[in-house]
Amino acid sequence: MTPTTSGEHESATAAAFGAKYGMGEVKLSIRQLNFYYGHKQALFDNTLDIAANRVTAFIGPSGCGKSTHIRTYNRMFELYKGFRAEGEILMDGVNLLDPKQTPALALRHQVGMIFQKPTPFPMSVFDNIAYGLKLHNRFSASDTRDLVEKALREAALWEEVKDKLHQPGTALSGGQQQRLCIARALAVKPKVLLMDEPCSALDPIATGKIEELINELKSTFTIVIVTHNMQQAARVSDYTAFMYMGKLVEFGATTTIFTKPARRETEDYVTGRFG
Amino acid sequence: MLLVQRRQFANAVVLSLSGLAALAGLFMLAWILGDVALKGAAAINWRFFTELPAPPGMAGGGLANAMVGTLLMTMAAALIAVPFGVMSGTYLAEFGQTNPLGHVVRFLADVLVSAPSIVIGVFVYLVMVKPMGHFSGWAGACSLALIMLPVISRTTEEMLKLVPPEMREAALALGAPYWKMMTGIIYRAAATGILTGVMLAVARVAGETAPLLFTALNSPYWMEGMNEPMANLTVALFNYAMSPYDDWHTLAWGAALLITMVVLAVNVFTRLILHAKRRLW
Repeated sequence: MTPTTSGEHESATAAAFGAKYGMGEVKLSIRQLNFYYGHKQALFDNTLDIAANRVTAFIGPSGCGKSTHIRTYNRMFELYKGFRAEGEILMDGVNLLDPKQTPALALRHQVGMIFQKPTPFPMSVFDNIAYGLKLHNRFSASDTRDLVEKALREAALWEEVKDKLHQPGTALSGGQQQRLCIARALAVKPKVLLMDEPCSALDPIATGKIEELINELKSTFTIVIVTHNMQQAARVSDYTAFMYMGKLVEFGATTTIFTKPARRETEDYVTGRFG
Repeated sequence: MLLVQRRQFANAVVLSLSGLAALAGLFMLAWILGDVALKGAAAINWRFFTELPAPPGMAGGGLANAMVGTLLMTMAAALIAVPFGVMSGTYLAEFGQTNPLGHVVRFLADVLVSAPSIVIGVFVYLVMVKPMGHFSGWAGACSLALIMLPVISRTTEEMLKLVPPEMREAALALGAPYWKMMTGIIYRAAATGILTGVMLAVARVAGETAPLLFTALNSPYWMEGMNEPMANLTVALFNYAMSPYDDWHTLAWGAALLITMVVLAVNVFTRLILHAKRRLW
């Protein structure tokens, strides 16, 4: 298969882009996003909108740049030397990629992230959640308790851990650990939640619970998920973006992408003919 | 068939040889420990732990002053070396992975780890003992600290690098500033490993003689402060073992047993914490 050129979205303005796909409110507008690992370019002119209170899924073969793409939303790449992003990611009229407009700490307060591998901190279940709370505000002990409980309830974990709040977070099962990480991210009240293959280390039952959770959370948060699993994308997302070799090949409502994609490459991928 | 038999034979031969080599090593260890325990046990009594050394020809006496001296100098050395070691290890792991300063510091730390301890003793003699005009407990502590420093620094670096990158990203993704990520999460995740490094460094210097010979020297009296020659177990062992008196030989064996047991206990204890911690986290 030959590399494709994406360029059809480049001229679209935010309103036009959103309207084209029947989006209501637009949360993030990504405009001509380019990304470089040193001298190697990994993303090419990615342009799309992320609808508010919807789930947007990124699919594509390994190495296509989907993780790289969403890791620009919270500038996680800044941790590593020589990585840089160009273009614009607008949220409420502010460019998230510009450190002057959006300091990294403030950005990550608003854009939370869940990683592939569950990463409970080496402390108790309770302290895992309280850690994030304490970063941004001072709360009384009783407020902290309430907010921890609220976050654990939001992540559908409270009933399972309410009797082991003071056990180490690592003592939980893999699926519970991942929901603990979700609760931890929710506790700081982000506007956008990025999920980088959140279920790929989990068994089907734990995966089912996370997917249910995603469905509940989208009423409060805007969710962007990267997944290898096309059924998962079809199940949980409202919009789907198909990426290949760093380019955004096709974007659309999930039903459209999976039933009548406009491009041949997308069809080949979602039907399992390659990738 | 023949090939299989030949391989089985070769396997049996190499397996027995390596088994024998392991046994030989264990045998030497058991021999040393057994000998030290047998001969040292004769010296271990109440007076050994409470009294000053007796003058030659007089019966009895103990090494209480040397125990106090070794304990104090080791603790002082740890107090000096731990902050420097942990901080330089942090620099190496967090900021010095690729830059020239990091490479230089890492190389020098490796050189210092393998520097003969007597050289460190002579060095401290030149920079501290000579200008001050007398041997002192502080000089002893400094030379021990110099031996501990690179060990702690390199262990800290390795332990920090073992913390999975996802843990850092997860903390930063919550909006934690770098220093809060380090102090609240990363040090905590690496704490057991760093503590192990510190304990092993302590165990190592607790048995050092050469650096103390030129710095703390030794003393037959109770200490009056760290700023004077200071009794310690290893130099006492050295002196007493070289002396012509049987009583002193017994004390030397007692000191040998005590040092061995303490070092062994620190090692075993460290392993126990590691084991318990691994089960927990």
